[in-house]
Amino acid sequence: MNDASQSLTTRVEPLKADAHIVLATFLNDEPTLVLTDGQILIGADRLTPHGENAILMASCDGTRLITGGDDGKIFLFNAKDSAIEAGNEKGRWIDALALGPSQSIAWSAGKKVIARDGRGQLKEWAAPSTAQGLAFAPKGYRLGIAHYNGASFWFPNTEGKPEFREWKGSHLDITFSDDGRFVVTSMQENTLHGWRLTDGKDMRMSGYPSKTRSFSWSHDGHWLATSGADAAVIWPFKDKDGPMGKAPRECGVRHAKVSSVAFHPRALVLAIGYEDGCILLCRLSDAAELLVRAAHKDDGKITSMTWDKTGARLIFGSENGAAGVLTLP
Amino acid sequence: MSEKIPVTVLTGYLGAGKTTLLNRMLTEPHGKKFAVIVNEFGEIVINNDLVVGADEEVFEMNNGCICCTMRGDLIRIIEGLMKRKGKFNAIIIETIGLADPAPVAQTFFVDEDISSKAQLDAVVTVVDARWLKEQLHDAPEAKNQIAFDDVIIINKTDLVTAEELADVERQVRSVNAYATIQKTTKSAVPLDAVLGKNAFDLDRILDIAPEFLEDVHGHHDTSVKSIAINIPGDIDPDKFMPWISEFTQKEGPNILRCKDIPSFKNEPKRFVFQGMRMILDGDLQREWKPDETRQSKMVFIGHKLNRAAIEQAVEAYRA
Repeated sequence: MNDASQSLTTRVEPLKADAHIVLATFLNDEPTLVLTDGQILIGADRLTPHGENAILMASCDGTRLITGGDDGKIFLFNAKDSAIEAGNEKGRWIDALALGPSQSIAWSAGKKVIARDGRGQLKEWAAPSTAQGLAFAPKGYRLGIAHYNGASFWFPNTEGKPEFREWKGSHLDITFSDDGRFVVTSMQENTLHGWRLTDGKDMRMSGYPSKTRSFSWSHDGHWLATSGADAAVIWPFKDKDGPMGKAPRECGVRHAKVSSVAFHPRALVLAIGYEDGCILLCRLSDAAELLVRAAHKDDGKITSMTWDKTGARLIFGSENGAAGVLTLP
Repeated sequence: MSEKIPVTVLTGYLGAGKTTLLNRMLTEPHGKKFAVIVNEFGEIVINNDLVVGADEEVFEMNNGCICCTMRGDLIRIIEGLMKRKGKFNAIIIETIGLADPAPVAQTFFVDEDISSKAQLDAVVTVVDARWLKEQLHDAPEAKNQIAFDDVIIINKTDLVTAEELADVERQVRSVNAYATIQKTTKSAVPLDAVLGKNAFDLDRILDIAPEFLEDVHGHHDTSVKSIAINIPGDIDPDKFMPWISEFTQKEGPNILRCKDIPSFKNEPKRFVFQGMRMILDGDLQREWKPDETRQSKMVFIGHKLNRAAIEQAVEAYRA
């Protein structure tokens, strides 16, 4: 890694931030940082819709950004000058957020789950226990909700009871595969659980030394990269059985735990952020590595990384407010 | 590695004086800025900027250990709080009287993200001197709670006679030989009796008077009790370590808490264990002082624990 030709460190432009970074992303191609102290930095603009309250959660799909705070408010940004208050849970902490198809969004506070469609119509469902993670299915208006002892799948526009898939333990984050065939949750017990939605078959993906809190699907939908181990653990999802009976790949093995992962939008290249502030790029085909950022222990763990839509730039942020943009040569 | 945020768990029955104590902790000058996690959000007046309501969601860990419960809501709240460094430097968690304190305390040992950033400082319970006897009699939970405590504040002592007070104290002691007891009226204890206790500093157990433990034998109620063991000289870690880990696995459901300082052979530092249920957490701490008598002291608080068997086992590992 000492060879300068294998390093991209000189191509990183630092960004100024001075609080825990909840989300580092590109909103309409502008580098965007969401900070816990309530600031939202979009390009050169600084917005504070939550006032001095903390922002706990944020999510962005490239054209929309949502933030949820400990003031119970949800703000939705379509462009940098059009923040709207999409919801208000009156002082309750927002635990989870999701962006869905056709301009829909969802959020949760405790057991209360709210889905808001593109026309602003709200639907509410009470989860059996706190909704810890939310994700929309890639097609249709359907929300996956991770909670204690399983996950529920809710069509907000139908009256029927959400479908419940049981698996003992506390489920945290949830993600759907791009083709909608699989859903995966991370768990308090340092493991992942998956369901094949076509037949409900369970998949257990275990062996992590800590919790997985970052997921990223490859552009072709064939791979799911995960944080939580001393390497990025990448599960194969191409075949009809997904990762069942298969070993995962490992990329970027170091003596530090991976805290954030982000697949390149066009190539099988994974950005891997670690708990010590280091960032590597790793190519799946030959496991070749490039250093983006050397370890800086004082910066804390990398909390968020996102590629822009063409994959020319990668933005990142850390728990102690270090941030920057890598521009590929 | 930055300092861990100390966490005080404050419990007590309604009306025992818990809120009075909480507000004193928040308002008296002591250089601490607290984040307060309360269970009855909005129902009591708390003089603090950072107050968070909890849902008291107790989860079982799906790790094969039936007694390994924790508070899922606390994990989320503390993770959220930790993103706001500088806003506070200590945490108080208020729980209701009959809530089992084990899941709250265990959260700080079981969840690594939490245990890397926060540390249980002490479990503090405020009890009403008038009602404790009845509560211990009527509710087995009350006994479990006392057994779990590091600090027990016997409040409203002006409302009972000296004899009644002595009786209350005896009852508390029979359940928990380890905790420090503060007797007071109007929750007027000095704050350094409740804050900065550092439950991991177990020097206190070295000072437990043996007579408290003798009391237990004569007491008719043996459902929850303390067993203290003192073995002079060193013990062999290679034999002791496998035993204690097997013992806590097997007896875990019966152990509410254990605190041990074994004196390991050829080890200049003191090894300190702190355990609850099946969870055992241990670390080398300060060096044995030159004038200190090397001995292994252990306290187990729980149900159905066999003193002779424990003593015999540990005795066999003397080096």
